[in-house]
Amino acid sequence: MSTAWTPAEQPDSFVFDSASEAEIAGVLSKYPEERKASAVMPLLYIAQRQMGRVTGSAWVPVVAMDVIAQRLGMAAMRVYEVASFYTMFNTRPIGRYHLQVCTTTPCWLRGSDDVVEACQKATGIQHFGETSADGLFTMTEVECLGACANAPILQVDDDFYEDMNAERTAQVIAELRAGRRPTPGPMIDRNVSAPEGGRKTLLSSSTADQE
Amino acid sequence: MLADKDRIFTNLYGQNDWRLEAARKRGDWANTADILAKGRDVIIAEMKASGLRGRGGAGFPTGLKWSFMPKQSDGRPHYLVINGDESEPGTCKDREVMRHEPHKLIESALIASFAMGAHASYIYIRGEFCREAERLQAAIDEAYAAGLLGKNAAGSGWDFDFRIHRGAGAYICGEETALLESLEGKKGQPRMKPPFPAGVGLYGCPTTVNNVESIAVTSTIMRRGAAWFAGLGRPNNAGSKLMAISGHVNTPCVFEEELGVPLKDIIEKHGGGVRGGWDNLLAVIPGGCSVPLLPKSVCETVLMDYDSLRAERSGLGTACMIVMDKSTDIIKAIARFSKFFKHESCGQCTPCREGTGWMMRMMDRMVQGRADIEEIDLLEQVTRQVEGHTICALGDAAAWPIQGLIRHFRPEMEERIRQYKAAYGSTGLVQVPAGGVPAAVE
Repeated sequence: MSTAWTPAEQPDSFVFDSASEAEIAGVLSKYPEERKASAVMPLLYIAQRQMGRVTGSAWVPVVAMDVIAQRLGMAAMRVYEVASFYTMFNTRPIGRYHLQVCTTTPCWLRGSDDVVEACQKATGIQHFGETSADGLFTMTEVECLGACANAPILQVDDDFYEDMNAERTAQVIAELRAGRRPTPGPMIDRNVSAPEGGRKTLLSSSTADQE
Repeated sequence: MLADKDRIFTNLYGQNDWRLEAARKRGDWANTADILAKGRDVIIAEMKASGLRGRGGAGFPTGLKWSFMPKQSDGRPHYLVINGDESEPGTCKDREVMRHEPHKLIESALIASFAMGAHASYIYIRGEFCREAERLQAAIDEAYAAGLLGKNAAGSGWDFDFRIHRGAGAYICGEETALLESLEGKKGQPRMKPPFPAGVGLYGCPTTVNNVESIAVTSTIMRRGAAWFAGLGRPNNAGSKLMAISGHVNTPCVFEEELGVPLKDIIEKHGGGVRGGWDNLLAVIPGGCSVPLLPKSVCETVLMDYDSLRAERSGLGTACMIVMDKSTDIIKAIARFSKFFKHESCGQCTPCREGTGWMMRMMDRMVQGRADIEEIDLLEQVTRQVEGHTICALGDAAAWPIQGLIRHFRPEMEERIRQYKAAYGSTGLVQVPAGGVPAAVE
């Protein structure tokens, strides 16, 4: 349960742009017409992405929630509830890059403390939830990201950077700062979640590489 | 140990293409219409005979679950909802299915939905798996374009729609009724049962919720037969299962393995052994953080399946194990889970909402040793008062790791308290030194 509901400087209005409207049409077709409230989470995502596109900070202002409530025929309060319950909806402005460090036990066992420290060092952020002075980075502590065989994980916006350590974290952040996005996935010589050094199963001819 | 010829997920590591054409070469979508032509009853009977138990953690027989769906529709549509909310710490298996074997999943969803009279299926994918959802959506688009989904899906005469719904960062949505609430556009707070989803589920209609892996193995079981699947593993623990190893092993990974194989062999083979050798092992959490840990002595001999782990007062859970070597502060490792559950409690039931906070704060003091010996019993008592007193199993899941810790590592907890007392003194009350809370005493 996301508990923080800190008021932020809110814009006066919000209108979905044409790119968002195209997405919304696709989303609404997925659910029965009389059940369109199901689309509340997808629409919050669309609003958040649009804010990211337009302002550089991916968050959902209250006016956007009101627009969504109207569109889906819901009470505004029901939309606020959803937006504040789920941790991935940012109800306050965030930095351009959202650094999400998993610190749950499987990542912690493999050194997530080092990743946190490297993020702090590279961005000047002191605590979780803060945005760096240059507005580029927000660092958030997240719970298990579901990629534990590749722990520790640093999630930047929607991408997972896997098998991290302090040095690789600093490299990723330096790249982001330079306006480049490094290729996501394992940061060591390893194919996805296969064991480092090559897979130990699926080696027989029928299942091995066909290419 | 499982041979390559018996593996279901032959593209587990994405070593080959995930797209339709390559998936067809691997055998997916080969004779789907023929499988559906066998009829609902035959498919459900086959699934029951295979002995497949739910792969999401609870281990409920899948075929039996399907048979709970009404045989005839009363006018309400039926739904299959696939649980891809994979959020249990340690668990990272369904991700590989969604991104590397999407067509196996889609085809199996068609077969399962047909068996339950459902013309529509939703898969609920955790919000963080954005790229995985994109990959699956691309596969769905391919399947629609090829006539494998939609009207007369795969030439079977059955209309079937398959859609993705993304979550947004809430562990509780992996609980089936919370998932349905979330899918309906609400906060993910579990519902009371009964009514069970098979009677009143999504939008008030008959619904079955299954784990991604439970569904994804369906097509292969139907092709190779129940007897083949039941021949793997041990009685009542049939088949192969996706597993993962994380933590202090040399090569953490995801893999498919037969049930009933010794835990030690799995760690040695797939995990490349414990970091620093087997004797450096401290404990293993065998199936996601909700199941109690196993000390090394148990790990020597225990088999990796539902019943063997149950007999050791733990559980198979998701079969994604977390290995901890002797350098681990085991109290801190479990305390982090308490923080996790405190964070993820949906706040609906008082024992869980308040209890997870109490447990977290007590565990934080146990990490430092800033407690009295008797408080270990108090902590145990708190876990008992949360366990079984909530609508869903999150309360239980929060209690069990602590109970496991106390059961197996009580001497370590007591020693920590004694060290703290020796360093900071005590007159029966817990002393907090001026200047704030000190770090854990080494």
